[in-house]
Amino acid sequence: MSLWQKDKAFLFVLSVCASLAGVISIFIFFFLAKESVPAMAGIGLSQFVMDETWFASENQYNVLPLLWGSVLVSVGAVAFATPLGILSGLFCHFYAPSAIAGFYRSMVHLLAGIPSVIFGFWGLVSLVPLVARIHPPGPSLLAGVIVLGIMILPTIMVILDDAIANLSRLYLNSTVALGVSKWGALKGLILPNLRKQVGVSILLGLARSIGETMAILMVCGNVVRFPTSVFNPIRTLTANIALEMPFAMNVHRSALFFTGLIMMVLVAILMSTAQTRTSRQA
Amino acid sequence: MDITRNSLHLPKDAPPVTIPCCIKTTNLSLFYGKKAAFRDISLNLDRNSVTVIMGPSGCGKSSFLSALNRLSDFIPCCEVEGSIHLDGESLLEGSIDRTVLHKRVGMIFQKPNPFPMSIRKNITFPLREHGITSKRELEARLVQVLVDVGLWDEVKDRLDTSALTLSGGQQQRLCIARALALEPEILLMDEPCSALDPISSGKVEELILKLQARYTLVVVTHNLSQARRIATHAALFWVKDDCGCLVECGPADQVFGSPREELTAAYVKGMKG
Ligand SMILES: Nc1ncnc2c1ncn2[C@@H]1O[C@H](COP(=O)(O)OP(=O)(O)OP(=O)(O)O)[C@@H](O)[C@H]1O
Ligand SMILES: [Mg+2]
Repeated sequence: MSLWQKDKAFLFVLSVCASLAGVISIFIFFFLAKESVPAMAGIGLSQFVMDETWFASENQYNVLPLLWGSVLVSVGAVAFATPLGILSGLFCHFYAPSAIAGFYRSMVHLLAGIPSVIFGFWGLVSLVPLVARIHPPGPSLLAGVIVLGIMILPTIMVILDDAIANLSRLYLNSTVALGVSKWGALKGLILPNLRKQVGVSILLGLARSIGETMAILMVCGNVVRFPTSVFNPIRTLTANIALEMPFAMNVHRSALFFTGLIMMVLVAILMSTAQTRTSRQA
Repeated sequence: MDITRNSLHLPKDAPPVTIPCCIKTTNLSLFYGKKAAFRDISLNLDRNSVTVIMGPSGCGKSSFLSALNRLSDFIPCCEVEGSIHLDGESLLEGSIDRTVLHKRVGMIFQKPNPFPMSIRKNITFPLREHGITSKRELEARLVQVLVDVGLWDEVKDRLDTSALTLSGGQQQRLCIARALALEPEILLMDEPCSALDPISSGKVEELILKLQARYTLVVVTHNLSQARRIATHAALFWVKDDCGCLVECGPADQVFGSPREELTAAYVKGMKG
């Protein structure tokens, strides 16, 4: 076989693998869509937003409280984790001695490897009682926000850490040589140029938290309602599917698939926005 | 020549002191961990001179410059021994005011590295950091330094576009302008032309000759003919026993015309290095 032929064979293998990945996600999408058809036909789209609440045994299928729960807990988690990620990135690069920075980084990487059920477990036994002491009942939007925030922190930190490392490698020497203070360089140069990566990490963090199920299920209380305070329990789209799928039948089952479809579309939008943003800056 | 200026050690509001000027290193050595980058370099840099530092790759030229403005402090495990005096004041002993040091001793890097911000801000950002906030003063300095480096006509209509849209040669001149805006006395240039095309390189060279009247310049270069054109003084570094050292230094006429060392003679004839 000539080199050229080997090249072609390799290209073929690569294309098959790549298209396989693409085909699988399209396949899942169509599967979800197909399974949701009975719900869309039987219940009708209007009921999904007009019903009083989501209560399957009384044929109530309003997805809005669930959707709202998902959105609130994710936005809260990102709002919690992003400033933390920015600050810890800056701390690691500009103020921490390298040994401490290294230790901190490896801890954050470890955090990324902890399974979500462990987070849920920790939330359930330590965080929820703590929240209950401030304001009962305990399982709540707030608990979900904190647990999710800690879970997505590694994602956000790794992206920002990388970006800060890049910027300081390129420009730190020059700012020092110009007599610009550390704080001046941070404020005037590093932070303003971090904006794009912060945007990307927010999008990825959102995508990750919208899909999170197990930990949320364990700490959020799972009451279907529009929360009026951070201490109210909430139920998310994901938790709802996990809770009801085991016994759901017929239209109810199909309605759950429909909520899955909504989530997949949401995540796809977030991911593709993040993707175009990263590629545009490259 | 006597000149008044801010002291490195005294508090900022102390009255400026009057002292004769120059940089003087005595037995200066620099180590990266255990390995010496250069050893025992004693060199005088006179005011309003252009001292060209030549020598093969890895002989410690860049390291020498980084010691002169104490950028070496930011490299992990880097130790400097010996002494450096800036106008009679020790740079290595006691605590120094970095802001004053970096204001007085500017540095230009081999690779042009303008900040990712507008051309205007590249000049004004460091100035603001040094406490200059008056709009009029900032604008005056901006125009002044851009005229000085011959960039004004090329960029006066696009001051608010990103500096990254400039060509490599323009970027390097912007970096020089950025350093000049702080009104330094000494400008260290580490191979300022090596990333540039011949025409841009020529422009920077002209600029160096023009700056000589007002500044003390130290220029590292690998380009022998350029060294001959710009130098008033020259120094040749070499690697001996895996460590940089000073072979010869002196007025340019002497180093290029009648070198004392054989090594220098061979190097300036282009036969070695
Ligand atoms: N950050 C560093 N850590 C460890 N060793 C270093 C570091 N920077 C430079 N060195 C070493 O110090 C020696 C001198 O390096 P330096 O960069 O000063 O040489 P140079 O004369 O500027 O060379 P060139 O002409 O290639 O720029 C080299 O042996 C180099 O490997
Ligand atoms: Mg060098």
